[in-house]
Amino acid sequence: MPSKHNKREPEVTRRQFLLRTAATCGLAAAAGLGGYLFYSSQPVRRSDTKIFTFRDFRTGERKVYPHLAVVHGKDAEKMVRAAVDKIGGMGRFVSPGERVLLKPNASWDRQPEQAANTNPFVVSAVVKLCIEAKASEVWVTDVSVNDPFRCFSRSGIEEAVKRAGGKIKLATENDFVPTDLKGESLKVWPVSAFYHRVDRLINLPVVKHHSLSKCTMAMKNLYGSLGGQRNRLHQDINTSIADLVTAIRPTLTVMDATRVLKRNGPTGGNINDVAIENTVIAGVDLVVIESYGLRFLDLKPEDIPFIGMAEKRGIGVSDLRSLNIAEADV
Amino acid sequence: MIKRILSLRNIRRTYAAFFLILFILLLWLAGFRRLKGYETPLFLELDPLTAITAFLTSWTVYKGLALSLIIIVGTLFFGRFFCSWVCPLGIINQIVGSIFIKLRAVDSIALNTYRVLYRLKYYILAVLIAVALFGSLQTGLFDPISFVTRSFTVSVFPAVNLSRGWLYMKQPLFNGGTLLGIIFLLVIFANRFLPRFWCRVVCPLGALLGLLSFRPVFRIWRNVDRCTDCKKCLGHCHGGCDPDTALRVTECHVCMNCIEDCPEDAIHYGLPESASSVQMPLDVSRRRLIETAIAGAVLFPIMRSTIASGATAEYRVIRPPGSLAEKDFLRRCIKCGECMKVCPTNAIQPALFEAGFEGLWSPVLIPRIGYCEYNCVLCSRVCPTGAIAPLTIEKKLGRGIGQKPLKIGTAFYDRGRCLPWAMNIDCIVCEEVCPTSPKAIWFQTVDVELRDGQVKRLKRPYMDPDICIGCGICETKCPVRDKAAVRVTSIGETRSTTNRILLKS
Repeated sequence: MPSKHNKREPEVTRRQFLLRTAATCGLAAAAGLGGYLFYSSQPVRRSDTKIFTFRDFRTGERKVYPHLAVVHGKDAEKMVRAAVDKIGGMGRFVSPGERVLLKPNASWDRQPEQAANTNPFVVSAVVKLCIEAKASEVWVTDVSVNDPFRCFSRSGIEEAVKRAGGKIKLATENDFVPTDLKGESLKVWPVSAFYHRVDRLINLPVVKHHSLSKCTMAMKNLYGSLGGQRNRLHQDINTSIADLVTAIRPTLTVMDATRVLKRNGPTGGNINDVAIENTVIAGVDLVVIESYGLRFLDLKPEDIPFIGMAEKRGIGVSDLRSLNIAEADV
Repeated sequence: MIKRILSLRNIRRTYAAFFLILFILLLWLAGFRRLKGYETPLFLELDPLTAITAFLTSWTVYKGLALSLIIIVGTLFFGRFFCSWVCPLGIINQIVGSIFIKLRAVDSIALNTYRVLYRLKYYILAVLIAVALFGSLQTGLFDPISFVTRSFTVSVFPAVNLSRGWLYMKQPLFNGGTLLGIIFLLVIFANRFLPRFWCRVVCPLGALLGLLSFRPVFRIWRNVDRCTDCKKCLGHCHGGCDPDTALRVTECHVCMNCIEDCPEDAIHYGLPESASSVQMPLDVSRRRLIETAIAGAVLFPIMRSTIASGATAEYRVIRPPGSLAEKDFLRRCIKCGECMKVCPTNAIQPALFEAGFEGLWSPVLIPRIGYCEYNCVLCSRVCPTGAIAPLTIEKKLGRGIGQKPLKIGTAFYDRGRCLPWAMNIDCIVCEEVCPTSPKAIWFQTVDVELRDGQVKRLKRPYMDPDICIGCGICETKCPVRDKAAVRVTSIGETRSTTNRILLKS
């Protein structure tokens, strides 16, 4: 009796045999070719990610302006306007159509009175000045230590910036690109990509105490451009800060000393640690600004190794006696 | 035309879409930027199973859980409408099932016929109620709203975010999230074999609503005079409740598909008519029900006689601020994951077995992943059952006179790994980020002789256990990347009277 499963395979003709053999040879050849093309002595292909470098954000130096503007007063916006006017006005720094990035210190989930972040009115005043100078866009960014949403919201910076017409740009994980800082201890490091998409950078630090580096002001504020495991920088904080200010040359620095956190920095949290100093400082030379700011924390440039290192590298001068400082009250 | 658009099933679909979107929207709203007094745990509060079992474990109906009365009373009148009209998991299952299963009518009818397997959910409910009566709340393991909230928080939202980065600043990572994601996929995929497998076979909330709808005022009725036994009513039946013979009203989801599928107009919803068919009572084996309840009663001492956070202090069980003492916490936590969704730093994680079997998927902080934000009390705002009692920032930080800040644990230095202690390298990142004022982390400046004879001035950190609140930012930010050199354990937590070190505090 024949099998129940009696469906039969059709017989192969000569033509079919030749065609199938040719097709099989073709497949074999394709496999061989693939193997040849993709053969590698490396276990993985090296990814070729682009490595960025910082552009020089400074504008051409014209020596007719004072090195430093120091303005005392009560109204943050007026103080900022007066300080920037003293050193040439925003038109010196921002040309029409340029995109400007502001880097306040918005590291902590603290309120303005606690002085752990840059005064929101200082930030908004600079936003307004940039817009008046016809900047195409004003971005405000920081890589906060606490949750960035909370930091920007509770520091008051978000609201002040939005009202002034600027844009808050928070870096998500994908917004960091490897950047070569070419430093002694800082080499290739992930940097918030916004720094590579703008024409001008305005540094908006606040004067604060810091246990390890003794102070955190204009120079250390640039830490906030870095992502990755930047807390490793503490292991050689002085060289790291010197490397940062060598790599990043901001267009302008407007330093907030309206409220100064004297102790328990950089987080603060207690109003008793805050001194009201009602001062705004503006300038281009980070070392000068840093050296001037030390007086609020009862320090001298000799106490701070990274100021000396930066000076030696030619970033600026720390001796204030030789400089033209414009002071004013508003 | 209008009648065709405004058909019963389209009305139901509209409600289903509304509630599904509302569920996703409310969960999306649970975050610092968007939480502005919205009742984000609404669906958990509408859930009668959560309300009743939490009532059995703690003899209270906590705040929003009273909303579940809407569903309870509604079910008594209208039947088990929740499952196909409101429940997000039921709606997802229904959508997926209708996509997966495209069959000839005769096969659909076979799949939608009642099966004895559907009794299983009543036995699961019996176990959950039995352990609840003894004071252990395990409802969250099987409760569909907890399940779907947890699955969305821990796996669906993060997975969506991974591709486009739309939902979070930083990609959230969850402890054992893959496992929860796979369980969710399995539940979804089960619809491939039996439509609404979860709802018909597993769901204890469905069982509870089935019990509540044992005799609803309004039901589906079949007119025996008009019926020609064509069985077309089974074609799209959601519950698998046999509308073609004697309706099993406890299984009926009131989807109303049978009404429109009936070519003879023999089925209606409402009060019985003169020629209405009889209906079947609840189909469970009383013997099985008693057996499973006893199994639950036996399970309780088994769960309580193992090493678990309720019995001993467990160093990894760092509960969110405001959490009740561990035993009360386990009486109230339904492992829904709302707190994990709202936590801005991704610190709150689903526990595996750190807190014992009872604490599976309950919230614990893993400070290596994230820390408790100093000025944040969001987790206590969204907790639907009060396992994390509502906090104010003033209370959390101890701002009132004579008040102490709330501690969730204490940080300890591992001097064998800490850079200034072990390797004479500058660091004190922990001191920088410490949020208390004065800082709990302080340092001594010392001169140490290095290997080559040079002297180096170093700052070596110490922890003040009286000030430390256990927030864990030091552990999160510690540059010793794999296992931090400063680590938080649960000791010293305010909620416990026994998990203490200091004599005076």
